[in-house]
Amino acid sequence: MAERAALEELVKLQGERVRGLKQQKASAELIEEEVAKLLKLKAQLGPDESKQKFVLKTPKGTRDYSPRQMAVREKVFDVIIRCFKRHGAEVIDTPVFELKETLMGKYGEDSKLIYDLKDQGGELLSLRYDLTVPFARYLAMNKLTNIKRYHIAKVYRRDNPAMTRGRYREFYQCDFDIAGNFDPMIPDAECLKIMCEILSSLQIGDFLVKVNDRRILDGMFAICGVSDSKFRTICSSVDKLDKVSWEEVKNEMVGEKGLAPEVADRIGDYVQQHGGVSLVEQLLQDPKLSQNKQALEGLGDLKLLFEYLTLFGIDDKISFDLSLARGLDYYTGVIYEAVLLQTPAQAGEEPLGVGSVAAGGRYDGLVGMFDPKGRKVPCVGLSIGVERIFSIVEQRLEAELLYKKNPKLLNQLQYCEEAGIPLVAIIGEQELKDGVIKLRSVTSREEVDVRREDLVEEIKRRTGQPLCIC
Amino acid sequence: MAERAALEELIEEEVAKLLKLKAQLGPDESKQKFVLKTPKGTRDYSPRQMAVREKVFDVIIRCFKRHGAEVIDTPVFELKETLMGKYGEDSKLIYDLKDQGGELLSLRYDLTVPFARYLAMNKLTNIKRYHIAKVYRRDNPAMTRGRYREFYQCDFDIAGNFDPMIPDAECLKIMCEILSSLQIGDFLVKVNDRRILDGMFAICGVSDSKFRTICSSVDKLDKVSWEEVKNEMVGEKGLAPEVADRIGDYVQQHGGVSLVEQLLQDPKLSQNKQALEGLGDLKLLFEYLTLFGIDDKISFDLSLARGLDYYTGVIYEAVLLQTPAQAGEEPLGVGSVAAGGRYDGLVGMFDPKGRKVPCVGLSIGVERIFSIVEQRLEALEEKIRTTETQVLVASAQKKLLEERLKLVSELWDAGIKAELLYKKNPKLLNQLQYCEEAGIPLVAIIGEQELKDGVIKLRSVTSREEVDVRREDLVEEIKRRTGQPLCIC
Repeated sequence: MAERAALEELVKLQGERVRGLKQQKASAELIEEEVAKLLKLKAQLGPDESKQKFVLKTPKGTRDYSPRQMAVREKVFDVIIRCFKRHGAEVIDTPVFELKETLMGKYGEDSKLIYDLKDQGGELLSLRYDLTVPFARYLAMNKLTNIKRYHIAKVYRRDNPAMTRGRYREFYQCDFDIAGNFDPMIPDAECLKIMCEILSSLQIGDFLVKVNDRRILDGMFAICGVSDSKFRTICSSVDKLDKVSWEEVKNEMVGEKGLAPEVADRIGDYVQQHGGVSLVEQLLQDPKLSQNKQALEGLGDLKLLFEYLTLFGIDDKISFDLSLARGLDYYTGVIYEAVLLQTPAQAGEEPLGVGSVAAGGRYDGLVGMFDPKGRKVPCVGLSIGVERIFSIVEQRLEAELLYKKNPKLLNQLQYCEEAGIPLVAIIGEQELKDGVIKLRSVTSREEVDVRREDLVEEIKRRTGQPLCIC
Repeated sequence: MAERAALEELIEEEVAKLLKLKAQLGPDESKQKFVLKTPKGTRDYSPRQMAVREKVFDVIIRCFKRHGAEVIDTPVFELKETLMGKYGEDSKLIYDLKDQGGELLSLRYDLTVPFARYLAMNKLTNIKRYHIAKVYRRDNPAMTRGRYREFYQCDFDIAGNFDPMIPDAECLKIMCEILSSLQIGDFLVKVNDRRILDGMFAICGVSDSKFRTICSSVDKLDKVSWEEVKNEMVGEKGLAPEVADRIGDYVQQHGGVSLVEQLLQDPKLSQNKQALEGLGDLKLLFEYLTLFGIDDKISFDLSLARGLDYYTGVIYEAVLLQTPAQAGEEPLGVGSVAAGGRYDGLVGMFDPKGRKVPCVGLSIGVERIFSIVEQRLEALEEKIRTTETQVLVASAQKKLLEERLKLVSELWDAGIKAELLYKKNPKLLNQLQYCEEAGIPLVAIIGEQELKDGVIKLRSVTSREEVDVRREDLVEEIKRRTGQPLCIC
């Protein structure tokens, strides 16, 4: 405090000196000198406190990752990336923003949630909203006709926080996609195999993968009597069946969306069904559905899919669920969504919906929207909702990262215990003379003198590290 | 009325059908005249470039972890006011987000200011952390060819009140370890001190008001001759010639700890309190660097004067001694691959009570290193693999898709990296070609006779040798050949 007062005094004196010089009309150079000294003194005083009234925070909907949260994140990404690599995927990265026109017209109503950059005289830019549209742009730009790639990066959505508590505006997506013209359903089956491998390896509890098909939905609604104009809005009602009862869904469709009650009932007969491949076979026999060309295509593909899933050993995790209807904007074939069967505490909900931890499907028309000649590249993929998984894993793990700095031996040992460091190499004057280091095991408290030249090998031996530099 | 309603509904129906048909037609080609590109100054990373990037980050992160650093991450944008007033003239290069009715935001310009904000926000008084992330600068591309607007920074910083020069020495040790491990050629680390520069200019007669601009001239000494620098200072910046000469006597000097000792004896410099402080700290630093075994890589260089905005003590910059072809220059300057220093006043600018947290750190200029490493790998003709697949599950005959699916699933479940072609009846030649292009070392070939015999043909892609392996031994055999531990990892 006294220092500050002394400084303030110096500033005051220097200020007077400057004023005096100016009055005397001293040389410009001299005045400039003394003004510089004044500014230097003011700078030492520190910033003007009245100016410093800004809030110390991250922007709304974003957060820092502390070392503890990074440890969780690293563990989760490690499992996911290992799986992607196991399936032979390459990895790419794209810029955090795209030309605004690249993203325009791809997200329907959600377009209002896109972050734009300020027009600063150059190109108009927007932050990426997902990793799928950049992928399609990358394929078209590089004229690629097939690739199997993963991409892990943050995406940005100006979600209205009033709508959903805890929803982030900046969050990670882990995408895996297979692009290319291949024999039917093999890559689609591999995507589901990957989803199951990841969710099993993460050990976050039992899960179920719901599967449906855009063409089955189209066909089903058509034969029930839903007009094309009502398709999307009826879809979003039907999709709520995983959260609310059929009664509520029917009321919404009839009462709010003007659907005829008998049409709603017909829909109800279908969408409340779920099962395995037997349901597929049953529907293939359905007198009305089997008349619809689209539905037949979808059902045929699902039958083939189930065959492959059985060979992959995951058919017990898959449920053909006719109420799965969300996120249909660019999907053209099979769609799927993985849900956890237990519901752990929710923090930082990922926009895939309550209980959902991964989703995806086939989208054959997207790349064609970017290609100048409209050339199509069929794609199928999946996205893992890691933010939700982070919070589940964080609760499961016990990670302690205390940080103490004190030269007392007791405190150094305590630091080891808290941080989980297994060994201590203790230097002492006598030991230095004898050419040894005391190596102590933190857990057993056993100490042994190790010759200095043997120390590296001994530590590597005890920590299971290969003897060569890796 | 009912008729009208019915008509309206019918019209709506048919319009929907029309839209559906149009959608199938594809987007209006006349509307589709946009350019397929990434924004100016940004680029995609192809799988090959990602492989290079992964190798480089692996070396760097290993080193940071070896030194006990924790890792953090921060959002890509900050409140505009967080970044305001921290970058001087460079502030005009900051990307702002559009005002869409909420908070005013800007993309981060570096990782140091977010770090200071993080420390102040969490009231941390000490931490050793690294942070690897992209930063954003609206550089004018006309000024420097190939300069990126989105690029990676790898920062390592030690914050806290400690005994002098120990963390500073560790930062230099880390810089040397990383640059050695990357094997990008010989390098030199120049070291100087803000206080020595201040003191030196003061005793030479440079006015405070000219400090920053004289600094930027002096800093050019690594690229141009002293004559040119002197001309700029005297001719363009109005410095008296004799002042320039005095500066010249000092700034052309560089050396080891002996230069430090020599300057400590300098009659004028030793009268300046600031310079003495700086010199004393550098002397101590050199002692520690000698104990760390890196004193031969360090040069005390009085012309090192750049990036001084928030540095308060020691400053350093690593340069490569050879100059490989330059592509995608990182704004650390020609030849420079890493830099850093001590900045004791920054966190205090964020803390509401102005509480200071001393910091020292370094930043690795990885973009430059990416291109050097990529060139090196190409020169060695080392094939850069973009996948890690160990075995392709193949079949020579038709109707064996099911068997391939079963086998590849077994391999995945055993932790083996495997692929299969997405064709029902692929030709063997195509499958082998796929392996050669992707660098996959092994093929597991299923055949009808082999199935009856309970074996799989395991073929080495490079040697073309084939051997029959019993199906139950296949996993172990693949792991043995690919050097993988037998337990699942």
